Amino acid sequence: MMDMTFDVVVVGGGHAGTEAAAAAARCGAKTLLLTHKLETLGEMSCNPAIGGVGKGHLVREIDALDGLMGRAADAAGIHFKLLNRSKGPAVRGPRAQADRGLYRRAVQALLRAQPGLFLVADSAEDLLLDTTGRCIGVVSGNGRRIGAGAVVITTGTFLRGVIHLGEDRTPAGRVGEAPSVGLALALARLGLPMARLKTGTPPRLDGRTIDWAALEAQPGDDPPEPLSWLTQRITNPQVACAITETNEATHAVIRANLHRSAVYGGRIEGVGPRYCPSIEDKVVRFADKGRHQIFLEPEGLPGGEDGDTIYPNGISTSLPAEVQAALIATMPGLSRAVILRPGYAIEYDHVDPRALRPTLELRAAPGLFLAGQINGTTGYEEAGAQGLMAGLNAAALAGGGAANRVLSRAEAYTGVMIDDLVLQGVSEPYRMLTARSEHRLALRADNAGLRLTEQGMAWACVGPERAAAHGAFAKAVAEALAWAREAGATPAQFAAAGIAINQDGRRRSVLEALALPSAADPAPLEALFPRLREMPMAVRTQVEAEALYAPYLQRQAAEMRALEREERLAIPQELDFSAIPGLSTEMRQRLAKAQPATLGSAGRIAGITPAALAALAVHLRRREARFT
Amino acid sequence: MSAADTIFALASGAGRAAVALLRLSGPGAGAALTALAGPLPPPRQASLRRLRDAAGEALDQALVLWFPAPGSYTGEASAEFHLHGGPAVVAAVSEALVAAGARPAEPGEFTRRAFLNGKLDLTEAEGIADLIEAETEAQRRQALRQAGGALSAQVAAWSARLARLLARQEAFIEFEDEDLPAGLNDAVAAEAAALATEMAAQLAAAPRGERLRDGLMVAIIGAPNAGKSSLLNALVGREAAIVSARAGTTRDVVEVRLVLAGVPVTLADTAGLRDAADEIEAEGVKRARRRAEEADVVLAVFAADQPADAETLAAMPTGALVVANKADLAAPGIAGALAVSALTGAGLAELRAALTARAAALAGLTEQATLTRPRHRAAVGEARDWLLGLASAPMPELRAEALRAALRALGRLTGQVGVEAILDLVFSEFCIGK
Repeated sequence: MMDMTFDVVVVGGGHAGTEAAAAAARCGAKTLLLTHKLETLGEMSCNPAIGGVGKGHLVREIDALDGLMGRAADAAGIHFKLLNRSKGPAVRGPRAQADRGLYRRAVQALLRAQPGLFLVADSAEDLLLDTTGRCIGVVSGNGRRIGAGAVVITTGTFLRGVIHLGEDRTPAGRVGEAPSVGLALALARLGLPMARLKTGTPPRLDGRTIDWAALEAQPGDDPPEPLSWLTQRITNPQVACAITETNEATHAVIRANLHRSAVYGGRIEGVGPRYCPSIEDKVVRFADKGRHQIFLEPEGLPGGEDGDTIYPNGISTSLPAEVQAALIATMPGLSRAVILRPGYAIEYDHVDPRALRPTLELRAAPGLFLAGQINGTTGYEEAGAQGLMAGLNAAALAGGGAANRVLSRAEAYTGVMIDDLVLQGVSEPYRMLTARSEHRLALRADNAGLRLTEQGMAWACVGPERAAAHGAFAKAVAEALAWAREAGATPAQFAAAGIAINQDGRRRSVLEALALPSAADPAPLEALFPRLREMPMAVRTQVEAEALYAPYLQRQAAEMRALEREERLAIPQELDFSAIPGLSTEMRQRLAKAQPATLGSAGRIAGITPAALAALAVHLRRREARFT
Repeated sequence: MSAADTIFALASGAGRAAVALLRLSGPGAGAALTALAGPLPPPRQASLRRLRDAAGEALDQALVLWFPAPGSYTGEASAEFHLHGGPAVVAAVSEALVAAGARPAEPGEFTRRAFLNGKLDLTEAEGIADLIEAETEAQRRQALRQAGGALSAQVAAWSARLARLLARQEAFIEFEDEDLPAGLNDAVAAEAAALATEMAAQLAAAPRGERLRDGLMVAIIGAPNAGKSSLLNALVGREAAIVSARAGTTRDVVEVRLVLAGVPVTLADTAGLRDAADEIEAEGVKRARRRAEEADVVLAVFAADQPADAETLAAMPTGALVVANKADLAAPGIAGALAVSALTGAGLAELRAALTARAAALAGLTEQATLTRPRHRAAVGEARDWLLGLASAPMPELRAEALRAALRALGRLTGQVGVEAILDLVFSEFCIGK
């Protein structure tokens, strides 16, 4: 007998858990969010920033499906910057640094305002499975049996977490939080494949002890570009960051103490991220580089609870606390800086995400979903996007339907990430990069709503406010594009307006004209086509992106169609890879581990040879011919 | 044709020989070998065994070799029998192998299995197919180079450089606020242009490689009764074409193969060019003109004792090899023509030398030509086009797109370079991350 029953139970209140719970509740599922402390819901446990190149794309996708992250970041943002502003729209990444307290409160307010969502401070100590192995609920810390149609686990780095600070090691999740033992044992009983990773965090500095005047200030964008489509205006006061850098003296301190670092002292076995190396790593691996930039980022508004805490971005370390103090003091502006909390490295187990279906449901335990760092990813945005998809699928399953809410690689970075995870597994904490998408020109931060909101409406996870805003925008973009293809001018007219163009007598559309090198200066074009000037910036960005990228996308259309054909050639779940003639043992093992759903996904598995794919394709086509 | 089968084939030529080599491959190779030769010999060592059939009848005294999977040509369990070369022995051992569960291999099946097992990439497999087909020494050298991975090595080298370039471009896109080396972008454009130039050079050499693989086509055209068929017969040294004094004897195209400078050459004797009233002859004339258009070399034959006919002059392309036949009858009146007499053999050696020089120039006995199939040229051509377009791409993500497309085009030849490999390069080359 259950003590209480929900449609969906989400365990964990970080970025994956909050998005999962909110998404499930938006779909109409009666949802319970279990977390140790309600006050830490929405905590930014590391870098106080949301977004960036690739990550900003994910935030916009979460937002397009009516998630929380973008809105919370806008409510808490104190320094906004559109990264890659000088590059094309496809790789521009919106980023916001947030006041940590404001961010938590914004997330908590959004959760409290969500109908059908119940927030309870408790732990999950065990999983309830029925006789078929299906997950039907959890046992809470106070012993209550909580029934659920689906369960989502988003407990981050709690599995065998060990914090390394110099020679000291402490078992923990985050600093000051006890690791959960019961749930870890329950997951261990499922026999899931696990691996070990590590990540690190820099020391936090007291802003009052930094000589800001000696440092180069970095103001944010003015006006700031919001992360959420629904945000009209950023109302928080904005703060500047500053840049300092390491020097030979810093590196000398590090080299002299390398043996005391947890990583170089050989006490860490987990693999760390290549894109976020510790300062020890940087000094060792790039020995010829005499300096490394460090960004000093405030964790809060002046006068607020975190107003004096500074996050020195770029100096993650696991050296002993006194060495950290010594090396910080070598840097310009930091000679008297006081460390509030030392940096540390954390090692943890994660589940090999190849054990998951593309819906993030565990193949070994139907009804049980995993999202966030537990799947080997890093970053709030990666966690949030997984949480959202897991929440949608959990709600669908609990509602009696099929868990089949999947975004493809061609539709979203979220789709790219989950496909990468469930197919390739991870060898380091997985972070989103635009390099990971083969559809980069089409998957932009600026068109996330156009790509996904309609789908979100079909999944019933999008509220009326966003649905209305999306409808109006989509209509405006469609009209603007139709006009830009239709309207145009002759070479003589372009020349008369001062636009350099081939005098070949061929009329060119506005869209073609926007792709000309001379369009870099917009004024003459705007004079010739005043409608361009009247267009809202967001609409115009869509037209300009179309002008810039359409020729490339058309050139690749044939190749993409071939890819889609491969993507459609399904690999039946019951297919025995060992029965396919011509596959080597190694190829069989790789395929069996990743369980690709289509020929296209098999082709993306690292290390699969063209020959193995050919053998698989031949086998599938023969099989298809036999069955149809 | 399942790879679950165990297959065998005679690897040496058919007929009587001192030694015949039978190869056996597939999951049942070990069992079949045991059935005929007793316990498995140590891997990859020649052992002398008496082969017996199922009834215990001795078939031959043979050297046998055992190659456990995957250390064999096909990647499967394999065995070799070095038999005494009589056809009866080969037949008896083949029968015993069938009785032991093996079947004769289809043409190319060993190589196909090697490809499917990842032992060869597609270009190497193509090279081996060409090697087996090779008629001439120069063809054999070219095919051997490809089977040995010359094309793979070239494409792999290009891919590696492209991957490095892409890594730099990707670093520039992903990590804007890291202090990356200055001039990163310009270096990418310059290196891409250099790669495009190298690919263009290989593409320019490619027609020669393809001609060497497929052979040259030489069309002999001329007026009726200019002596084209006589010339053909004189060149090949036998009566390949019917010769008569009657104009219009050759009505269809007669083909003869010969080897010049290591290049296989097809000589095509065509119908005489004239306005033919006869329907069959008219069709022959039409075909002759088409041959002249398609041929690598055109041999335009005139009769020395006749004025040059307008039909042949019109049909002959610039660069045609002009021959004045029947030089024994009159002094040739055509400037630049090679005086030849098919009847007396005068001038034939010079004609042969001229043809040989053409063949060598066209099919080039160059060691450079690695792109021997249209498929190779298409892929490398596509990569080159993307790289040429890169210079005018206004944005870094478009340059990256061009590099990606070029990499994918090359990947169709020897396999893809994955995103992870690119990211590895990004993070090993630049100190990135905060």
